Amino acid sequence: MTVLTRARRLALLAGGLGLALAASGCATAEEAGVDEGTGAGTGTDVTGAEIDCSQFDQFGDSLDGTEVEVYTSIVTPEDQPFKDTFEPFTECTGITVNYNGTKQFEAQLPVRVQSGNAPDIAFLPQPGLLEQMVSTGEVAAAPEAVAQNVEEHFSEDWRDYGSVDGTLYAAPLGANVKSFVWYSPSAFEEAGYEVPQTWDELIALTDQIVQDNPDTKPWCAGIGSGEATGWPATDWLEDVVLHELGPEVYDQWIAHEIPFNDPRIVAALDRVGSILRNPDYVNGGFGDVASIATTTFQDAGIPITQGNCWLHRQASFYQANWPEGTEVAEDGDVFAFPFPQIGESAGKTVVGGGEFVAAFADRPEVQALQYYLSTPEWANLKAQATGPGWLSANTGLELDNLTSPIDQLAAEQLQDESVTFRFDASDLMPAAVGAAAEWRELTAWIAAGQDTQTTLDNIEAAWPAS
Amino acid sequence: MSGQTDTSRVVTNPTGEIESRPRKLSRAEKRAIAAKNRLSSPAASVIALLIAALWTVPTLGLLITSFRVESDIQTDGWWNAFARPLFTGYNYVSALETGLGDNFVNTLVITIPAVVIPITLALLAAYAFAWIPFRGRELLFVAVFALQVVPLQVTLIPLLSLYVDLGIDGSFWTVWLSHTMFGLPLAIFLLHNFMKDVPASLVEAARMDGAGHVTVFFKVLLPLLVPAIAAFGVFQFLWVWNDLLIALTFAGGDATPLTSAIADLAGTRNNAWYLLAPGAFLAMAVPLAVFLGLQRFFVRGLLAGSVKG
Repeated sequence: MTVLTRARRLALLAGGLGLALAASGCATAEEAGVDEGTGAGTGTDVTGAEIDCSQFDQFGDSLDGTEVEVYTSIVTPEDQPFKDTFEPFTECTGITVNYNGTKQFEAQLPVRVQSGNAPDIAFLPQPGLLEQMVSTGEVAAAPEAVAQNVEEHFSEDWRDYGSVDGTLYAAPLGANVKSFVWYSPSAFEEAGYEVPQTWDELIALTDQIVQDNPDTKPWCAGIGSGEATGWPATDWLEDVVLHELGPEVYDQWIAHEIPFNDPRIVAALDRVGSILRNPDYVNGGFGDVASIATTTFQDAGIPITQGNCWLHRQASFYQANWPEGTEVAEDGDVFAFPFPQIGESAGKTVVGGGEFVAAFADRPEVQALQYYLSTPEWANLKAQATGPGWLSANTGLELDNLTSPIDQLAAEQLQDESVTFRFDASDLMPAAVGAAAEWRELTAWIAAGQDTQTTLDNIEAAWPAS
Repeated sequence: MSGQTDTSRVVTNPTGEIESRPRKLSRAEKRAIAAKNRLSSPAASVIALLIAALWTVPTLGLLITSFRVESDIQTDGWWNAFARPLFTGYNYVSALETGLGDNFVNTLVITIPAVVIPITLALLAAYAFAWIPFRGRELLFVAVFALQVVPLQVTLIPLLSLYVDLGIDGSFWTVWLSHTMFGLPLAIFLLHNFMKDVPASLVEAARMDGAGHVTVFFKVLLPLLVPAIAAFGVFQFLWVWNDLLIALTFAGGDATPLTSAIADLAGTRNNAWYLLAPGAFLAMAVPLAVFLGLQRFFVRGLLAGSVKG
């Protein structure tokens, strides 16, 4: 028996290998899509940058030789620019920064805090987590120097998201803007299309595209994201709610002062459905409406570069997903325009996200790092170190330091005082809603054609009782 | 063993008839022959091959994916590689560039003591439970075995606070200790059962010759237990090697093993998920080699103790 199976196994193996060898072609470095260097090396080298060392004098003279642990959800390759910006800081103060990133951050942080093993500093990706951490009593309030920086360099919206019950705990770190619609400027120019300013113009443009291009669909979308499948759909809904109903209703909706299935929210979701569930409008390059649920968000916009799709609503960070060699610029292969305003009353608004720097210790070296991270100086260094794909809501961030036009556009929106910023609603709602029911129900709404009212009723039912 | 070879020669006779009957077969042997006939029929072989093929398909897919170019991986499934073959080793290079090599070493550093320590302790405990009579032995044994029922998840936070109090958090010790704790109940139970199966006369004979506990343990029992130790060793090895939960909770920073490094490999927004296939294959390589290398041991270990004589 053993001999037989062994012989068969070997034969199979040899056959398989032979087949693979006979048919194989070897890819060149270019075909393999290999970046030069480590893939993150698109920014400038800031490790030798000069910063003003005297600003750290206020934290005393016992900093040299100390260590600070930074715990984050930002992992390779995005972690390298962070580490690079810490070097001038270490040079000045003698403080070693231990950067510790894991994607299981959100699950592990409460475990570490509860068992008395809290990190010195954590980059919290959402205000809801900040609130939860503050309620454990382990988070140290932001020191005076940080509070001053935040007062001076961040808008009130951002300050509020870093505060709990009026006390500032965490200074904002990075930011991203979600209210963008990606398109191809070159294709638009060829077809003679204009960037729409209002929702009506957007729909008119969509209809125009349907008429002119019977072979393609105007919109492409994808909400697949593993266990988080559905989140891009929540962003769609948030964009429409904020741009149509305004920040006030948006805040009430988050705070559950109006129910999730409020008639206005029903109307908003129907408005989303007028695009996402319209078989004439979607899903360019992929198939029918249901294909939205199975397409991963990373791949969802790619058909724009292939000419199979015209419009794709996704955040500024989507620029990292374009295939190698795609030019992201206002006159390039792809670019984005701000999500158009729907109602007059809503004013100019933008949905986005960001991280916050919370400290679980008040040692001088920890406060020194907190302070450093809230300075415009750091924001500018970080922008240079990262290259495309990072920005901050820090008003001291100079747009010239942002190498990507989409980052510049996003930062302009964040720095514009007439634009109201609102944090991603699903990140602020209880996890049972924003990170479970909403994802699940909106996926069913797209994949199975579930009725809008039922969808929102089900999400409302998932809201925790307290 | 020689009897088995005899009967197998009889059965595999091409005519299918049983020609010679050297001796009367016992009922158990007849049953074994019948089972063997059924299992070695062409139909059974086809089914077995089919199952084997189906079982291998995901692994094969992973292997092929790991060698495809990034854009191909993102466009369509691995089976398209047969129609459009374009392969590269760059995925492995970029996966290793993220520092997977260090994590590989970490995993080794974690796994080897986390296998050796529980086996050593469990052997001693199992010997005591099997061959040293003392008061409350049965009760204690049941208590140890009952510990298996405790889900290890409930112990994570209390354990971590203990480690923090001891000042050993973030080192390899926490991982070794945790794996030892979680592995011991099963290890003691298994090894105890194997030890119990050793005929008492053997141990008694050694005693009569003046052997103490130490001599009995090393000279009489240990050689007989090698298959059992190997079997549990393979179990524990695979469990520790593939563990993510304990690694995430206890092994941070410089002690990060392969599993948690691979979980982070795809990048913050998962846009490097094509690296997962080569990463997973690197992680699979050692367990695969261990399993293939010790396969015979493994099966023999599972059977040892189940068949007497």
